[in-house]
Amino acid sequence: MYPRWLWPAFAVPGVLWLILLFLVPFYAVIGVAFGGVDPIFMNAVPNWSPTDWQFDSIVTTLKGFLPGNQYWSVMIRTTVYVAIALAGSLLLGYPVAYYISRHAKKTKGILLALVVLPFWVSYMMRMLAWVNLFSPNGFINKFLVWSHIMTTPPDWLNGNPGSVVLGLIYGYIPYLILPLLAALDRIDRSVLEAARDLGASPASAFYHVTLPLSKPGILGASVIIALPMFGDYYTPNIVSGSPKTSMLGNQIDIFFHGGPQPSVGAALTLILSMFLAVLMAYYMVTIAKAQKELQA
Amino acid sequence: MSAITERGAVPGHFAEPTLGTKLRRLIANPWGHPRGLVIITWLYVVISIVPVVVAIQFSFNAGRSVTAWQGFDLTKWYFGDPAYSVWADPRLQHAFWQSMKLAGLDMVIATPLGVMLAIGLARWRGALANASNFIMLFPLVTPELMMGVSLFLVFLYIFKFIQPGTTAQVLGHVTFSLSYVVVIVRGRLFSIGKSYEEAAADLGATPWESLRLVLLPLLLPAVFSSLMMVFAISIDDFVISQWLSCGSACDTVPIRVYSSTRGAPLPSVNALAALMVYMTLSAIGIAWLVMRFSNRGERKAEGARGGMVQTMGGFDM
Repeated sequence: MYPRWLWPAFAVPGVLWLILLFLVPFYAVIGVAFGGVDPIFMNAVPNWSPTDWQFDSIVTTLKGFLPGNQYWSVMIRTTVYVAIALAGSLLLGYPVAYYISRHAKKTKGILLALVVLPFWVSYMMRMLAWVNLFSPNGFINKFLVWSHIMTTPPDWLNGNPGSVVLGLIYGYIPYLILPLLAALDRIDRSVLEAARDLGASPASAFYHVTLPLSKPGILGASVIIALPMFGDYYTPNIVSGSPKTSMLGNQIDIFFHGGPQPSVGAALTLILSMFLAVLMAYYMVTIAKAQKELQA
Repeated sequence: MSAITERGAVPGHFAEPTLGTKLRRLIANPWGHPRGLVIITWLYVVISIVPVVVAIQFSFNAGRSVTAWQGFDLTKWYFGDPAYSVWADPRLQHAFWQSMKLAGLDMVIATPLGVMLAIGLARWRGALANASNFIMLFPLVTPELMMGVSLFLVFLYIFKFIQPGTTAQVLGHVTFSLSYVVVIVRGRLFSIGKSYEEAAADLGATPWESLRLVLLPLLLPAVFSSLMMVFAISIDDFVISQWLSCGSACDTVPIRVYSSTRGAPLPSVNALAALMVYMTLSAIGIAWLVMRFSNRGERKAEGARGGMVQTMGGFDM
């Protein structure tokens, strides 16, 4: 009943927008990463044609990732921070999502609203709140002194890796809980009832039924928060601000904003995106699959 | 059902247990009812919300500290103080308007563009459609830093006619939020199905009429959620605004908060951030009311909870 050209016509403006402002910009990163450097002004000279590509800056940058070199420790540090923050978020987030989805009855609505609330408070506001709390004469230190746990409380906000990891957890955990909750909510309760009827204890029903069924949700939610954590530079800057805790994102930020070396920054961005491609692909496949199911 | 939900209960014992029985059960099996889970959940909720509440509280501090409470002053840091309040400090006031400007323009551009893209992608078939769909998914999974870097470079080297500034920031925000609109609207499109439009066509509606009089009204709740989502994304965004910034004249609220936090922040920064919280919360309140009244009489398709998680979380695995 609709003319055949209508739907492509609807999609064209949006697709054009994404080509011009998403794909072309990504090509700009490639062009700069494979470009040269002006010998006098030291600024980047991008090469747009693959035949002109120079591999100097990308090779130098890649060499930096070898053990003992410039980016080696930053890469290890980033991976460790993200891994610990992810594990911490899951250890705290899974029980929360599980409880809300499975056991909260009367309080489910209010808990849901409270869990969603951080979504509506901007990330920087939450970081500001966190920093106020951990500042030298903030509540945390006052409490530690008052309760005689410590006489000289630690300096949380100057190069303390623990603060960075805590900041990452605090910042990203809401984005983990919500998809987990949706995944747990979708598990058919009758499967669990069957397990219990067949004699499984609550613990073994959880271990053999709920946990395996929530695995896609766990993986998906982990990817959702791991991706932005790998590209984070503002959280370490805000809660630590020291080179001792700088992550890959900070390196990229420094090459563009600190001492302008766009070609190195672009090479780093490209390497990071190649590294994250696996995670991105996994997440995209999951979304595509969910859409197919929705369509069917 | 009862086997799962009331594991601690004695079979055949249906009367409300007395306090004594409850206590005895608690001692006999402290983890019978998932008390550990209750504690963890409420602890998480408290930890996630209390710092923000404290930060908002200090925006009402009578003194200049953000850590020591010196009495309550409702207006001082909002507009009372003649030099440092949000209203009086041009940097803070400007950041507020810049955030509002970006969010407004983002809503006006990304929502129609995304709604059209969602309709097009949901119904257009073929290889090109699949490729477009693939491109659409990318912004959802790309870390913001990469989008920031790539947009920064594209305006520096290819689209040189656009300088870093408000225009560039708006273009970045739209690119970033477009796909969220598509995801929200597409979900609604699939739950509507094609039957309403087919009925309209059978009753003699032209394609234009069935689009305008049938599909569009049915999509309105999703359009509304998209507007809210775009507003929230734009207001929250830090990375893209910062990479496409033209300096202090382009500072948004998150950038302002970011750059003041490391210094010696005054409660006015808390007040500025708190203003944004009030704005979003009242927007959600309005949205909730609108949804409530517009959905009256409509049968609940997937249950209110799933709907809430989906619309508020914006994405769903």
